[in-house]
Amino acid sequence: MGVFQMPSLGADMEDGTLVEWLVNPGETVHRGDIVAVVETQKGAIEIEIFEDGIVQSLDADLGSKLPVGAPLATILAEGEAPPSAPVAPVIPAVDATPTVAVAPTPAPDVPKPAPLTTGVAASPAARKLAAERGVDLASVAGSGPGGAIVLGDVPAGGPGAVVSPTKAPASPMVEMRKAIASAMQRSKREIPHFQLSQTVEIQTAADWLAERNAAVPPAERILLGALFMKAAALAAGKVSEMNGHYGPDGFTPAPDVNLGVAVALRGGGLIAPAIPRADTLALPDLMAAMKDLVARARAMRLRSSEMSNGTLTVSSLGESGADAMAGIIFPPQVALLAIGAPKLRPWVVDGAVVPRRLITFTLSADHRVSDGRQANRFLAEIDTLLQTPEAL
Amino acid sequence: MTHDDIRTAFLEELVKVAPDLDPEGISDTDHIQDDLELDSMDVLNLVAALHVRFGVDIPEPDYIQIATPALAAAYLATRLAA
Repeated sequence: MGVFQMPSLGADMEDGTLVEWLVNPGETVHRGDIVAVVETQKGAIEIEIFEDGIVQSLDADLGSKLPVGAPLATILAEGEAPPSAPVAPVIPAVDATPTVAVAPTPAPDVPKPAPLTTGVAASPAARKLAAERGVDLASVAGSGPGGAIVLGDVPAGGPGAVVSPTKAPASPMVEMRKAIASAMQRSKREIPHFQLSQTVEIQTAADWLAERNAAVPPAERILLGALFMKAAALAAGKVSEMNGHYGPDGFTPAPDVNLGVAVALRGGGLIAPAIPRADTLALPDLMAAMKDLVARARAMRLRSSEMSNGTLTVSSLGESGADAMAGIIFPPQVALLAIGAPKLRPWVVDGAVVPRRLITFTLSADHRVSDGRQANRFLAEIDTLLQTPEAL
Repeated sequence: MTHDDIRTAFLEELVKVAPDLDPEGISDTDHIQDDLELDSMDVLNLVAALHVRFGVDIPEPDYIQIATPALAAAYLATRLAA
């Protein structure tokens, strides 16, 4: 018999509110199945189960705010007899309203938080607008990815709209900002960061990709960013000091490269879900994984494993913007690769100055785990890999 | 298909790709990346959506020609007439 617990939701989230069960007692579940939805500061997270078995009982109440590690359900192995004593507590009737008792007592001049975000997949901008208009998102039909609510779905307040009784307080973006602040403060407090930068010529890679993309329809095109992700994942596989988690017992290198991808959300804020075993994916598969991840991140519908399994994060400024960026490591990870915007710049090739497309990679690393030598090796590896893009 | 139909269809696909945009608030001269904050992934998704909707495959060197709703409507009209 196993107790299925609230999994880790990432370094910056210590608890979540259980808003939906997707299984019933008696159902067979398999490792990786999504069994529940938990609302967090970073949106609704789909909780996966990590064992095969049969759901004996659901042990947590909908609407309860539960810390990481809290028991959620009892799972019996195949053929295992249920325990003789009845397993308490029994799950109560589904109630759309979150349990008021678990909400923090608001200060007298702050209105009570309206149940705007309960179990509903919605983009940050939609959440913000709904909060401003006093619209209960649970009453809105979504047209975005996976039925997520997007800006255009939020009705105007007024007759016909389901308006929550109290004016909405701090927007969900404020909650996300708090989550980011908490993780980044912890990182800056605990991790002795050091940074190394390297400018890499990407003309060869850009030319190769342009030629490849010219021959295929838009749906099959690959972004330059996918090449950088693949190079980073392969480099992480070679330099183990950049890939893993730092815990109470020190550093544990990870056997796989689960590449965290920092995704900017349109309403503001940032989320860094991971692509599992990114180093083993062929470029088209990695590109597809990135598309899927970005779409679900923006709809705020990610899975628990994606929130906690990252072993190294990459953050990119995109096609235009600053030359370089030095990022803050996302704990418990030990390195973060930040990528500046590509620029056409003078470059010396065979003694002559020629225009070349360049990009600056900046690696932030944890001095408890590595030194400049390993960081240097990681960046050199990326440079080397990008010079033969067809091999990526 | 009139110029206005094309422009409307372009805006529909744009808002599908970036659902948080308010179609009422988009002007003809808004740059989809600089003003509307689409990233390269959004632009690729938009180009793929336009391919499905119009049957027009926009090559990468032409992405600059759909940078605003006005430019895009003119470009798509030309490609559709060809």
